Amino acid sequence: MTIFTREKVLGIAVLLVISICIFILLGSISPAISFFVLFLIPLYFMKPLPVFASKTDYLGHYIFVAICTFIFIFLITPVLIIIPLSFNAEPYFTFTQGMLSFDPSAFSTRWYEDIIYNGMVDPNGVKDWWNDMWNNAQWIRSARNSFFIATMSAVIATILGTIAALGLSRSEMPYRALITSLLISPMIVPLVITASGMFFFYSSINLAKTFTGLILAHVTLGIPFVIITVTATLSGFDRNLIKASQSLGAHSWTTFRRVIMPLIMPGMISGALFAFITSLDEIVAVIFLADVEQRTIPRQMFSGIREQISPTILAVASVLVLISIILLTVMELLRRRSERLRGVTPG
Amino acid sequence: MPLTDRAGIFFLKENKMNKVISKALLTSAVSVAVVAGSVQAASITAVSWGGAYTKSQVEAYHKPWSAASGNTVVSEDYSGGLAEVKAQVEAGNVTWNLVDVELSDAVRGCDEGLFETIDASALPNGADGSSAADDFLPGTVTECAVGNIVWSTIFAYDGSKMSGVETMADFFDTAKFPGKRGLRKGPKPNLEMALMADGVPASEVYGLMNTEAGIQRAFDKLDTIRDSVIWWEAGAQPPQLLADGEVAMTTAYNGRIFNAVAAEGKPFVIVWDGQVWDLDLWVIPKGASNMAETLDFINFSTGTQALADQASWISYGPVRKSSAALVGSYHNQPDLDMAGHMPTAPENFKNALQNDFEFWADNQDQLNERFNAWLAK
Amino acid sequence: MSTKVELIEQDGISLKDKLAKATKTQKRRALLLTMPLVIFLLVSFVMPIGQMLWRSVNNPTVSNVVPNFAIAIQQWDGNGLPPESVIEVFVKDLVTAKSNRQIGKTVGNLATRINYDIPGSRSLFTSTARKAKKLKAPFKESLLKLNKKWGNPSLWLSLKRNSKDITPAFYLAAMDLKYDKQGNIVEADELYQIYMSNFIKTIKLSAIITAICIILAYPVSYVLSILPLRQSNLLMIFVLLPFWTSLLVRTTAWIAILQTQGIINDILVFLGFLSDDGRVQMIYNQTGTIIAMVHILLPFMVLPLYSVMKTISPTYMKAALSMGATKSYALRKVYLPLTLPGLGAGTLLVFILAIGYYITPALVGGEDGLLISNLIAYHIQKSLNWSLGAALGTILLVTVLALYWLYNKLIGIDNLKFG
Repeated sequence: MTIFTREKVLGIAVLLVISICIFILLGSISPAISFFVLFLIPLYFMKPLPVFASKTDYLGHYIFVAICTFIFIFLITPVLIIIPLSFNAEPYFTFTQGMLSFDPSAFSTRWYEDIIYNGMVDPNGVKDWWNDMWNNAQWIRSARNSFFIATMSAVIATILGTIAALGLSRSEMPYRALITSLLISPMIVPLVITASGMFFFYSSINLAKTFTGLILAHVTLGIPFVIITVTATLSGFDRNLIKASQSLGAHSWTTFRRVIMPLIMPGMISGALFAFITSLDEIVAVIFLADVEQRTIPRQMFSGIREQISPTILAVASVLVLISIILLTVMELLRRRSERLRGVTPG
Repeated sequence: MPLTDRAGIFFLKENKMNKVISKALLTSAVSVAVVAGSVQAASITAVSWGGAYTKSQVEAYHKPWSAASGNTVVSEDYSGGLAEVKAQVEAGNVTWNLVDVELSDAVRGCDEGLFETIDASALPNGADGSSAADDFLPGTVTECAVGNIVWSTIFAYDGSKMSGVETMADFFDTAKFPGKRGLRKGPKPNLEMALMADGVPASEVYGLMNTEAGIQRAFDKLDTIRDSVIWWEAGAQPPQLLADGEVAMTTAYNGRIFNAVAAEGKPFVIVWDGQVWDLDLWVIPKGASNMAETLDFINFSTGTQALADQASWISYGPVRKSSAALVGSYHNQPDLDMAGHMPTAPENFKNALQNDFEFWADNQDQLNERFNAWLAK
Repeated sequence: MSTKVELIEQDGISLKDKLAKATKTQKRRALLLTMPLVIFLLVSFVMPIGQMLWRSVNNPTVSNVVPNFAIAIQQWDGNGLPPESVIEVFVKDLVTAKSNRQIGKTVGNLATRINYDIPGSRSLFTSTARKAKKLKAPFKESLLKLNKKWGNPSLWLSLKRNSKDITPAFYLAAMDLKYDKQGNIVEADELYQIYMSNFIKTIKLSAIITAICIILAYPVSYVLSILPLRQSNLLMIFVLLPFWTSLLVRTTAWIAILQTQGIINDILVFLGFLSDDGRVQMIYNQTGTIIAMVHILLPFMVLPLYSVMKTISPTYMKAALSMGATKSYALRKVYLPLTLPGLGAGTLLVFILAIGYYITPALVGGEDGLLISNLIAYHIQKSLNWSLGAALGTILLVTVLALYWLYNKLIGIDNLKFG
């Protein structure tokens, strides 16, 4: 693309004027220069507007792009900032002087090592190291618990939620609004009320401090997501397909398995993913309901902020962020590959 | 189509890679489920406050006792309060064997039937031959609880950034020592410290706090620095605030500041004037299992040597008089003598106030409400 | 004359009846499909909350610890001090209770309960119980001799009030009301009024956060919905990554960024916008709470908006423009109403989440970080006044349900879409 279209020259001129105003107002050159450079960058990447766009359209467009850039930076900065913070040699959540001047001794990977060694009986031993780590390392155990609980809750929530959504989406469903409200209510009721209620109730039936209790709590919290996504998918579902399948002699279960499920699978997976992530990130119910043996990653992080400030949580978070980035990139690459295979030009 | 829908369609398509991926996912999910569900051996669960304090207990009590008796101790963190114990006891499903509580919680829980009674006559003698009844400091062994440490709320500042701070009144003097202050979020022990800074001698503080005028005077004194206060809640926050430079001075638990100095080499200085000290004790929730092993652990961990050992990991004072002689140096720094860093060391104890648990048991709820209302204005 | 022909099937049953029967079967089947989940939720969700509601009015302490006294005091008329006979029953019950170590029936429980009404009475009860065995008739005199505080009529009034098993006292406390010396309901002392003002503060804060989320989410969702898939997916990562990162980690990151010695202040000083002494306090106050919570709740607003905007055909806007509308008019009259379902879903979700969040405000809010959920959690976990926590929770729940009902009336639950 050409760099110096007429519109871009106009934009640079406007930026220059504003920078000079800043210089006059604040009295020093550095804020003016920094403002100019900062806003030059999105200007460079903008596509030209259509020929019939007016001057106000241009102004509006630039402002719009600037706002969007700011919001995206706002969203991503805290997530990215934890990565350099996790290499801090000192056990605090700040950039030390050494780090800012890129002094190599101010950086260390001790927190990544702490993920594995924390809680181990003999971190430096050779014999039984794997056993020791797998059973005793606190973070490893939290990770195991987290994934176990999240998987189980997502699976149970999806199964129960899909069955209920099938019933809810039928037009002849009685009391639909009432039951839908009931099923969505775990999302509506503030979490502290749900968690404390469950704390009392599960304690009285001996379910507190067990994996079962925690999984049940997370299933309850994940159900609304599954219901919403599956009913949304089912709303676009053609009922005639069911009738066609039944007219061809299929049993209800066969109809569900071969006709309905494949078509609502995107909604089911969507809901399952939401339920999985909700459970993975859930902290309040875990604080109320979990024992030290059922500790999940967020609970361990909470400990790392309150009871002992430990940047290990930043190291764990960096690992999780990295995994998420890889996952998202892989999914996007696969999507593009499947489009290429199907011969569809990427949209 | 949203990203998540696309994921669904991707998983749906029947191709070779999908089959491989789904098989891999299935096996890993099953193996995770199987391994995660494996059961751990039975042991006693000791609950404490986390961080450096729990570490000192693990090193001085858990590890030696496990080695000697063959049982295991599982260490759990909590942030204080009796809610968990109450829920467990009420439900009849007690999973905690031992809890490290403050004195006010120990008394309150005992009164409300939350703890087992402990027979004080079963406690071992001191290493110097004195009986347990003589060796333990007065008030550290109650009907349901056996004391372990003396800890204190003090205030600290960064020695590399300011100097000349001597008394509690200096903490409240933002003119002479500008900068923000860190205070624990709650009336305790800020009200006592405010009164002491206002010139009230330690012996008269609680007498004054039993009057409305006294409480008002404490709140007025707090009002003078109110705008420069950063409120902390967890024990680990004050050293963080000092290290970040967020505050110029902050109240803190003395052990946490000591650890920042000893283990991380921070230039923090503790001011002992106006310290409010308290006890921590071991209690057993009512209906806990493995009573014999738990009592054995209590006998071991409150013995002379064990208490002296924990003092080499964190600067909290042992409650046994016989332990004072055995307190040595910091565990990995032989020339750092711990005796001078104890709250009970004579040079630190000059203007000290013991936390009055009866007063707080009576007035905690009311003063908390008043404090929150004051904070919200 | 009209002839009504009734259609009769081959087996003699009218078509209408058969249709009714078939419809009933279908309805039952649909209902049956939802039953597993409904039962599950009733057990794991509704019952716990119901139990909590019960706790907020259940007040059995006095009748559990001093049962005979609870019956006897009902005879007293409430003036002055109770008669000798009633006090005798009291002392006898106290002696029995002292030896009782069963939870819920100890003197300590009674002491704590009355302490909520009359602070300072806790130690009075426990110390009196220890000496209760030694008291002799006349009991009124010996009790007063033991401790003058027993001569306080309000104490006995409180005991009488709390002898009833169901009480509104906790709801009164939650609404900053109390009983005065005569037993009437009055406003609590100004020094102790905390709950209602806190409640309003929480709602105000949540409204501000929701409004900011709407303003920030709209452009972002719009951009994501109009860009080609290749680019919008990449930008979607910017939204999904914070969504998937743990709440605690993001809060910690914000602490590191917003501190006075943190990144933003450092950058502003470096760029020359601020002097070193004039650093802005952006954390441990309301600003920090708002910024952190907006960041955490923004994806919840973006995703529903995006999923709805994706279904809006671009031809609508083009049609509006072609008919002479200015861009802003077309946006207001055509685009905005079409996005209303997603906007409604996002707003509801964000507002309710904002009311319920207490961990983030606790970590970054400083003195302004005390919201109503903090107070509820405080009563559940620290002060052990579970009944007050339950009462506050119930009030919060009723408010949220009222808002939900309002949303249902205005926009409709069936329009909830979540992408």
